[in-house]
Amino acid sequence: MSARQSTFVLPLLIGLLSAAGLFSALLGDGAWDAVAWLGLGIPAVLGLWPLLPRRCQ
Amino acid sequence: MKSTTIRRWSQVHTWTSLICTLFLLMLALTGLPLIFHHELEHLLGEAPELRELPAGTPHLSLQQLVDAAERHRPGEVIQYFGFEDDEPNGVVAITAATAGTEPNSSHTFMLDARSGEAVEMPAANGGILMVILRLHVDMFAGLPGKLLLAFMGLLFVVAIISGVVLYAPFMRRLKFAEVRHEKARRTRWLDLHNLIGIVTVTWALVVGVTGVISASADLLISAWRTEALAAMVAPYRDAPALTERAPVNQVLTIAAQATPAMQPDFIAFPGTRFSSEHHYTVFMKGSTHLTAHLWTPVLIDARSLEVTAIGQRPWYMDALSMSQPLHFGDYGGMPMKVLWAVLDVLTIIVLGSGLYLWWVRRRAPANARERAEAAV
Repeated sequence: MSARQSTFVLPLLIGLLSAAGLFSALLGDGAWDAVAWLGLGIPAVLGLWPLLPRRCQ
Repeated sequence: MKSTTIRRWSQVHTWTSLICTLFLLMLALTGLPLIFHHELEHLLGEAPELRELPAGTPHLSLQQLVDAAERHRPGEVIQYFGFEDDEPNGVVAITAATAGTEPNSSHTFMLDARSGEAVEMPAANGGILMVILRLHVDMFAGLPGKLLLAFMGLLFVVAIISGVVLYAPFMRRLKFAEVRHEKARRTRWLDLHNLIGIVTVTWALVVGVTGVISASADLLISAWRTEALAAMVAPYRDAPALTERAPVNQVLTIAAQATPAMQPDFIAFPGTRFSSEHHYTVFMKGSTHLTAHLWTPVLIDARSLEVTAIGQRPWYMDALSMSQPLHFGDYGGMPMKVLWAVLDVLTIIVLGSGLYLWWVRRRAPANARERAEAAV
């Protein structure tokens, strides 16, 4: 079974990355912040993507 | 999952969401400009701007600044002095009719530490951003408003958890991020609601829980006063009322000596919510990124200027302190603020689509509803 077919594998991964990002930026600037931009950027992009007009996707 | 189990979780999800949705929509909408309050204050000209003076102009003493503050607000007394990293020549002053006056009746302004000149901070005293902030914090209803919003936040957390449970049966035949664009509008929005909801779940939970903690701040602070602070000032229980104070000038040096490697964040003057009747309390913060959010109060006898206690931090005050950055999203530069805003808008879409799905399902004739449920 591929990761996309499993119900919770990808959501869990995305959730863990978000949590790591939220925590990481508390510890420092620079690279620590970048982890947060990645961890929160993934849900932001995945959430916005399907809302774009279909011809843009 | 058995269909009765699904139905029960579905009822939990429907009702917790329905009750909190309008409040959450208000919170998400007012929260959006608040993410950028720092930038907006500058844009609206509501941020304090200090006069250009030659670099290295010496600072007045703290007592001179207290006098300047009380001259600026006749009939009021100083409650707090706050120090900001990005304005080393400014001191934020909070004054009110009495030391114990509640925060919403206080006046906040900035003092130029070099001249004692007062610079108004409209954003902290009834400007448009303050109105938005009050709506977001307590809907202008004080403690009952905060507690109502805290309860709505708890319902939001239950709605999120039940939503994650329901995600499984809904996604049984779908791949991750699959949106059935070719199907009916209701189906398309169901898929979008599930997708956006599940990818934003960690952020929404963190912002929700830290919002509940922040909304309970008044309760946590009074717990701190009755437990930790009362124990620290126990020897003063029967002390006569403070009539004369030593000048406040040296308290920052005294506090820094008592807590090496910490920085002063604010001074609470005697009689305020964050101090006792007999102390200047200097709240020190740590020097690392993480500990800069955590406070250690140093209690300094306002007559003898002796350090009488250095506060231990109860866990719930640490939780309250850490909830601030995690709720505001102001700790990872501008990219984080933008992402915070995007996730906030996505939450509005999840709330709105949830409301829409409930509405069309409610209107659907019973047999169609059964068919829809059978399809799940």
